[in-house]
Amino acid sequence: MALSTEESGRLAALLSGQDERVTTRWTEIVTSSLRGRLSQAELRRQVQDLHRAIITTGEQGTIDLSAESAGELRAALSELSRGRARQGFSATETTVSIFALKDVLAELVQETGGPNALQDFVAFSKLVDEMGLFTFESFVRTRESLIADQAEQLLELSTPVVKLWEGVVAVPLVGTLDSARAQVVMERLLQTLVDTSSPYAIIDITGVPAVDTQVAQHILKTVVAARLMGADCIISGIRPQIAQTIVALGIEFGDIATKASLADALRHVLRLNGVETARRQPRRDA
Amino acid sequence: MERVPILKIGDILLVSIQLDMSDQTAVALQEDLAERIVATGCHGVIIDITALDIVDSFVGRMLSTIASISKVLDAETVVVGMRPAVAITLVELGLSLNGIRTALNVERGMELIAAAHADELDYQLDDDPDAETARP
Repeated sequence: MALSTEESGRLAALLSGQDERVTTRWTEIVTSSLRGRLSQAELRRQVQDLHRAIITTGEQGTIDLSAESAGELRAALSELSRGRARQGFSATETTVSIFALKDVLAELVQETGGPNALQDFVAFSKLVDEMGLFTFESFVRTRESLIADQAEQLLELSTPVVKLWEGVVAVPLVGTLDSARAQVVMERLLQTLVDTSSPYAIIDITGVPAVDTQVAQHILKTVVAARLMGADCIISGIRPQIAQTIVALGIEFGDIATKASLADALRHVLRLNGVETARRQPRRDA
Repeated sequence: MERVPILKIGDILLVSIQLDMSDQTAVALQEDLAERIVATGCHGVIIDITALDIVDSFVGRMLSTIASISKVLDAETVVVGMRPAVAITLVELGLSLNGIRTALNVERGMELIAAAHADELDYQLDDDPDAETARP
């Protein structure tokens, strides 16, 4: 879909002829749709950029958004949608900035009149639609890359294994536990057990918002793997609602020790150690 | 045929598996170990599998058999040094190595056997106060 050379010329002439008025009206419409979340000056600058890009492209001949000549226009559109996506605007709020041009054009065409007015307006609005779609797509692309980046960061950040005591390590789990994260947690925990030769690990699930059968399965697998290696796991930080869910779902933790808080779990581990040392004490004296 | 060496450290026999186990080596190891337990009167067997990349059902069964044999001869078996990757694979396969005690490394394994054996010594102490002097 492209505008013919004459149509492009007329569009460029229309826009550049009433330079000031177009940008002012355009900015007005966009401002009202965004309810003051961006400053007037900022919006005006964005609108002017777009305005200039359309005119420059139009003066070169046909406006075809997919052609090479429209590179500047495309850049301006992606710049706008990238900015909006990062600032947390919705898709509607972003594309409305483009569709506002249609209202401006409608007013202009109505005033100028002429034999081709209707035909021109239909062609112009098709172009605006295309620009809107392009903006929307780059908006979605930016959002998706943001989400992918964040997911990666989350995976790196989310699984610290901390040493609580001599021979006791803890994994404070925060956030939803999916298969990928559970795998990372499991590997990191087991590796830390080997590296520090700690016989006890505490898995703290205070920060896990919900425990379903799948999450429980992941935790159980980690515990069994740790046992195979010769370390014991204690699950702590079970909130009241979680305890109810676990029972309602019929999840069986078997002989795995579960504690309400991390402090309880640490005390439990220390007592296990304490009992051992207390038993050894009289022998040493003897 | 290659044989797995069995080392005696104090009251413990240490078996470090460094090669891929075949049927023959497994049977030979079982025979050797049984003989050594009887000959030395040791009360603990530590099997070190740090060097093993793969623990499949065959190795799992071999470990279980060794544990059972040792049990009959009154020796505690501890498998030590299982790698994280091996443990994860075993869990995924659903093999749980029932009846086998595990420890993170040889040192921990020795502690485990010493702790288990200490109980027996304590009972002896209760019976016979003179035994105290016999122990270092």
